[in-house]
Formats: sequence, structure tokens, C-alpha cells
Amino acid sequence: MANRNFQPARVAIPVLGLFWLAVTTLPFIFVVFTSMKTLQETYTNPVWAMPEQLNLSNYIQVLQGSFLIYLRNSLFVISVSVVLIVLVSSMAAFALARLKFRLNGPLFGLIVAGMIVPLHVTLVPVYLMIRTAGLYDTLFALIGPYVATSLPISVFILTEFMRQVPKELEEAARLDGCGPFKIFARIFFPLSGPGIATVAIYNGIMLWNEFVFAYVLTSSPDKRTLPLAVWDFQGQYASDIPAVLAVVTLSTLPLIIVYAIGQERIVNGMMAGSLKG
Amino acid sequence: MSVGEAVTAAEKLRRSRAGSRRLHKAAPTIFLAPAILLLMVFLLYPLLSSFRLSLLDWNGLGDGARFIGLQNWVRLAHDTVFWNSAWNNILLAFFSVVVQLPIAVVLAVVLDEASKGSRLLKILYFLPLLMSSVALGVLFKNVYDPNFGPINGILGAMGLYSWTQDWLGDPNFALGSVIAVVCWQNIPFYMVLFLAALSSFPREITEAARLDGATGRTIFWRLKLPHLQGTFRTAVLLAVIGSMRYFDLIYVMTGGGPENASEVMATYMYRTVFNSFELGYGSTVASAMFLIIMVIAAVSLRISKRFETEV
Repeated sequence: MANRNFQPARVAIPVLGLFWLAVTTLPFIFVVFTSMKTLQETYTNPVWAMPEQLNLSNYIQVLQGSFLIYLRNSLFVISVSVVLIVLVSSMAAFALARLKFRLNGPLFGLIVAGMIVPLHVTLVPVYLMIRTAGLYDTLFALIGPYVATSLPISVFILTEFMRQVPKELEEAARLDGCGPFKIFARIFFPLSGPGIATVAIYNGIMLWNEFVFAYVLTSSPDKRTLPLAVWDFQGQYASDIPAVLAVVTLSTLPLIIVYAIGQERIVNGMMAGSLKG
Repeated sequence: MSVGEAVTAAEKLRRSRAGSRRLHKAAPTIFLAPAILLLMVFLLYPLLSSFRLSLLDWNGLGDGARFIGLQNWVRLAHDTVFWNSAWNNILLAFFSVVVQLPIAVVLAVVLDEASKGSRLLKILYFLPLLMSSVALGVLFKNVYDPNFGPINGILGAMGLYSWTQDWLGDPNFALGSVIAVVCWQNIPFYMVLFLAALSSFPREITEAARLDGATGRTIFWRLKLPHLQGTFRTAVLLAVIGSMRYFDLIYVMTGGGPENASEVMATYMYRTVFNSFELGYGSTVASAMFLIIMVIAAVSLRISKRFETEV
């Protein structure tokens, strides 16, 4: 009896599993295949046909354009932003988790409330501010908004983390004559490694893919980040579908490579970040 | 060491202690200052500034700004495009909940039950979440392409020519086509969420139930599914709030068109400011969007809390 009830599940599970695998991967396969076709092929052959030969000319064409400049800009903006996010948020988290002062509770609440602010509401004032500051269309235009908007979630994650560091460690250090600055630098910052990794992974991926601020605060191709490469190329090569899809592939590749190295970590980091956000 | 030297040394020590004590007192301020400063400049000020700008008639360039009081807000109240876009946000929220969450639960169960390859499947399922919305938007624009896209291509090859559509260009289909992609991208997120909840389900209970003669089906419906309830509430909250502020994918795929058919609040705000150069009115839209989201967030939090206490 129990066995008979079990049968449908035994068939359904692999079928459903493979079905969703197809749903997930077919669009990616379509992109990679099409990006290796010639423009002629996309007009004459059916969409599901394999490319006639391993043709990388679309990739070469894209790489000879300004793609690498977008990539370099992204690497610069994201690494500077992530370093600042980690530094600023771990300092704030330490104060909120471990220092006693009057406004501790309300301040924590206010900072964390920043997570519900829909960022598009800040777009126009930030745009005006960046323009007034003379930072419009520079890579530095992005760093301020990127760091600030990542802080609420990062402070939240790290404060939770630092609250769990055993009190004894802190007391021992205090007896040895360490002040709050040394306690932070020698104990809390190093011991928060996993929390910092989560913050860096989550924000790094979110900002790597960030579109609207980069779109509004920059305009020239040599000041724009990777998501804008896809956007700009799409405008430039509008009808050259294989070339556009080669850009899509190339722009996704860096994250896929990182993902291949640390899947589990990235999945967990993304989940921790979005859950709290 | 002379007495005098000893005294000055002691005095120095006292002073430096007093100095460091003062420094210790200032420690919270020093640690928090950078974060608070950044948040005030890039989050709090823009938020307030948006409401101030909503009272202006301004194209965003030069000194032409004119204070017009609440005229923009009156205009907003009668702006059918805005209310239609807010409605589209609600549709997006509704379909996100009823499409994404059930599929995500099923997939989580599949991964939880599958003995072989579930780790690999999870990793592959998660891929869409790593892609930028722009790349994804451009990808699916090509998938939906009426002439060269695979969807119409396959329908045509199956002889279903009458089913082929201009998926993103037809006002009747644009919003649905966009929502489908939003679901496709976000299902893996909820799947991992439910999977985590399922794998935290105590094995002993499953075994005890099995010893008592419970079938796999009973265990699933009576034990595991109720166990997911809390996670389900979280998921609904995230899906609803996320849908109210959706922008990237829709902007890239349709720009809110055709004829505002797939317009949501954020795309309407963007186009009002940066395409029509109505910076004042665009800020009104942004501020209204903020208020609507805050109300919806508060209401859904309240509702989900009530469920928590009742069940």
C-alpha cells in the first residue's frame, strides 16, 4: 500500500527536476548558440539549429569594441565600493553591537529601516546632487550612492554577527588595556570574517548587476559599467542579434566563473542578503 | 629617576589616560559617523528632497524652477497612466505570489526528495539570479522576438501559426510576457528559501510518522507543508514588496510600452523625469510611489503578524 502511494513521486520527481532544468537552461543555450551564428544564419536557419561552425567572430568584434573598458570600470567601481562598504558597515556594526551609548537602539532601528526605502525614489535628487558636485559622468559618481544604499543591509548582517562574538574575548582584551579601537581592529573585525564575506558577496553581485544608477549618473561609454555595455551595444548593433547576444554572454561570464568557484557560498550570501533586505 | 621626574611621568600617564578615556567616550560617534553621514547624504536627504521637488514645475535644467504648490499632486490624482501603472504593480505582485511560490515549493520538494544530483540541480537552477536584469531583458527580448525568436519559431514549426504573437509589442500580451520573465528569474530564490526550511525539518519526525504507517503523501501534506508556513509568509512579503518597486527588467524589455500596457510606477517615474523632462512631476510620482510602498509594506506586515498569532 505504502509502496503504491510512493510510485507517482518516484516518477514525478526526476521528470519535474529535468523539466525545470530545461526551463532554466534553454534560454542560456539559445544565447550561447545564437552568439556563435553569423547574421546570415539567423535569417535563413531555424532558431533551434546548431551554429554551422564554431564561429567566434562576434566575440572578437565585441572585444575589439569598448567592452573591456566597461569591464575595467565595473571592476574598479565595485571593488572600491565593496571595500568601503565592508569598512564603514563593520565599524558601525561594532558600535551598535558592543558599545553602550544612549541612542544605540533607535539608531539601529533607523539604519535598518533604510532597507525598505525604494531606491528609485532617491534617483532624481541623487542625480541633481551628483551633477551639482561636478561628478556627473565619472566613475566616482557611482561610489557614493552604491556604498550608502548597501549600508542598511550590511550593518544589519554584521551587527547580528558581532553580537554573537563571546563576551569573554572582549573582556580579556579590555583587561590587557585595549581600548575600543584595538578591540575592534584585533578582535571583532577579524572574527567577523564569515559575516564580512556574506556582505561582500551579496553587495558585490548586486552592484555588479546594478543598472539604473549607472544609467542615470553616467553617459559616455568610457565611464560606464558592464550592465550598460549590454544596453549600449543593444542600441549600437540593434539588428545584429548574434553580436548583441555575444555581449550578453560576455557580460555574464565573469559572475559565472566566480560562481563556479564558490557556488554554495554565493547561494548562501545572496539568500542572506535578500532575506534581510 | 628624581622625584620631580616621577611626578611628571605620573602626570603624563594620568593625562594620557584622561585623553584615552575621552577618546573612549567618543568611540561610538567615531565608529558610526561615516555610516550615518553617508546615509544622510544619499538616502535621507534625497527622500526628503523628492517631496520638495514634487512641488515644483521644472524641466531639471537651469533656473526655470517654479513653485506651484500641490498642483502636481492634483494632477497625479487624475493621472490615469499613473494609476494604471500602480495597478500593474499590483498585478505583478499578485502573479508573483500565485505563480512563483507554488512552483518554488514544488521544486524545493523535488530537490529535497531527489537523492542524486540535487546539489548540482540547485546550482544550475540558481543561475538566473546571478544575471543582471539588463542582460536578462535583452536575452528575453530576443526570445520573444516576433520574427527571429525561438518562441514563435517553435510555435510556427508545430503548425500553430495562429498562436504566434508580437509578445512584447502587443498591448494585450506585453505585461503577461514581462511577468513571465520576472517569475522565471525569481522562482529559484524562493525555491532555495523553501528548500532551507524543508531540510531543517527534523528527520526523527518523518521516521516516527513512517513507523506509525504514514505514507509519503501524508507526511508531505500533513507535516512538511504546514512546517513551511512561516517561510511562506516571509516569501509573500518579499514578493509583494519587491513587485511594488520593480524596474530594470521591464524598462529594458518594453520601456513600459506599448501604450503604457506594461508600465509600472518606477518606469513611469523614470520616463517622466528623463524622457519628458518633467522633473517636478516625476518627483511627485516618485514620492507617491514611496508612500504607496510604505503603506503596502506596513499593511502586509500587519496582516502577516496577525496570521502568526492566529495560527
